[in-house]
Amino acid sequence: MTSISQTQSAMGTPPVRRALKQRTREGLYGYLMIAPWLLGFLFFTLYPLIASFVIGLYSTNFLNSWKWVGLHWFQAAFSDALVQKALLNTAYFSFVSVPLSSALALIIAVMLNQGIRFQSFWRTVYYLPSVVSGVAVALLWKWLYEPNIGLFNTILAAVGIQGPRWILDEAWAMPSVILIALWGAGGAMLIYLAGLRGIPTALYEAAEIDGASSWRRFWAITLPLLTPTILFNVVLNIIGSWQVFTQVLLMSNGGPNNATLTAVLHIYRTGFQKAEFGYASAQGWLLFVVVLAFVLFALRSATSWVNYDR
Amino acid sequence: MAATAQPEQLPNYRARGLQEILLRVLLYLAILIGAVIFALPFVWMVRTAVMPKFEVFLFPPRWLPSEIVWSNFLNPFKVFHFERWFLNTIIIALFSMVGTTLSAAITGFSFARLRFPLRDFLFVVVLATMILPEHIRLIPNYLLYTKLGWVDTFLPLIVPNWFAPAFFVFLLRQFFLTIPRDYDDAAYIDGCNPVTLFWRIHLPLSLPALAVVNIFQLTFIWNDFINPLIYLHKEPQFTVALGLRLFQGRMSNNMQDLMAASLIAVLPTLLVFFFAQRYFVQGIVVSGVKG
Repeated sequence: MTSISQTQSAMGTPPVRRALKQRTREGLYGYLMIAPWLLGFLFFTLYPLIASFVIGLYSTNFLNSWKWVGLHWFQAAFSDALVQKALLNTAYFSFVSVPLSSALALIIAVMLNQGIRFQSFWRTVYYLPSVVSGVAVALLWKWLYEPNIGLFNTILAAVGIQGPRWILDEAWAMPSVILIALWGAGGAMLIYLAGLRGIPTALYEAAEIDGASSWRRFWAITLPLLTPTILFNVVLNIIGSWQVFTQVLLMSNGGPNNATLTAVLHIYRTGFQKAEFGYASAQGWLLFVVVLAFVLFALRSATSWVNYDR
Repeated sequence: MAATAQPEQLPNYRARGLQEILLRVLLYLAILIGAVIFALPFVWMVRTAVMPKFEVFLFPPRWLPSEIVWSNFLNPFKVFHFERWFLNTIIIALFSMVGTTLSAAITGFSFARLRFPLRDFLFVVVLATMILPEHIRLIPNYLLYTKLGWVDTFLPLIVPNWFAPAFFVFLLRQFFLTIPRDYDDAAYIDGCNPVTLFWRIHLPLSLPALAVVNIFQLTFIWNDFINPLIYLHKEPQFTVALGLRLFQGRMSNNMQDLMAASLIAVLPTLLVFFFAQRYFVQGIVVSGVKG
């Protein structure tokens, strides 16, 4: 890696040409050094984007049959009740979990930013659930949701409430999955905490001298100055929420009665379980368009609520 | 503010002081209650993991086990090749971490320090790929790896990380921007070229940022479920996250063993987090705020 060093032989040439040569050399090195990313972009971003559409034009099991079906799968998706159910369920998850978890993360961050004692301890407690995302979380929460002897219904029973059947009940299943997403709000909280620390304290001091209450200070200073961070977070959150998969596969396997069948779970089943990769790919591409639309909407709306003059 | 008479202000201050104290108490109370709620699932997990088997399904449930059964933690190793899954995950994580570190650092350095045509445009492309939904890659990549014959190997889980994942390029570029330009000039005068400048000056100076990258990558790999699910089908090749799913089927009547297995499975990420919390937070500051 270090042996590429060239001897600088440009000593005798006039300064302008030397500078020009320097420029080209730097440009060459520039491209040489971003080559890993450029190749990765071609293979793991550009290729999948194009290929997922092209594969969607075929009926294929990836082994021995490739049959051209044109736009058949794309049309089929629009009249497929299961695809629509999966999209609606995922939209439900996204539209409820994104605002709730963003608000929760913001509230916790603001509370922890009030100059409290043992801040790093509290921060750890709130952030810890985000570190252990995935399979273990799904298994744990399925156990917490156990209707008779699980944690939640035990607590509810202690205060005299007969708890629901959570993940086993068609109406409660999706809210149960959303609750897990809220438990993981710590990741966004850390980002908000970092954003809060970036707000100049002089602004607060000035507001205090002017007699602004802490409530007023929050609405007039904290929130407007935090809007860029909020936008960043919400966009990441929207994208993540449309990919919800592990929890629903492991806790309810899409049930009961498809109440937790999500878009990615349906793509997974269509492709990797029924070996209809063409249809799965078409669905994946349509889902991509949906997610992109919501992300663009969030970014477009940003001009009206995000404060950029920091 | 206009100067007002002192005596009138005094009682006002006192009332406000009392109100502040009350607010303060409420604030701590809210933080405490919230923390208890966030911690309770973990408490229930540990409590179940060390319970005697007969107590787990008692009704009404007991909050605390009558005795602590440490041997629950040994049971997962008797049913499956649990230790093997740990080794597999560590192998995948290590190779991925080396690849990510080298490729993302060299790319991040180039974006931060070298001038080349279309640089700013390409960097916008890097940012755009960060918001590309993962699922779009599932099926085309599966086709690619099927053609390459990589299914049922670790390669699909490792190789993409050798091509500078966008998030880490972004993170490291932000870090390299903070290294003073004078160092570059001095190094160039001493006969360095961009590659040696990167290797001898920037890389050694960015160890904290590289720690952040590796900690994030380790957590991602450790928690990844869908990729191992798609590419690994033979039990001895499983990762911890994928294997944990097998326990679910085998241990639905042994909740204490299942929770013990889950606890062992998340322990490495918890330990890494506790020992490297500073880097974690730092990484989020760099990547999150300037986004």
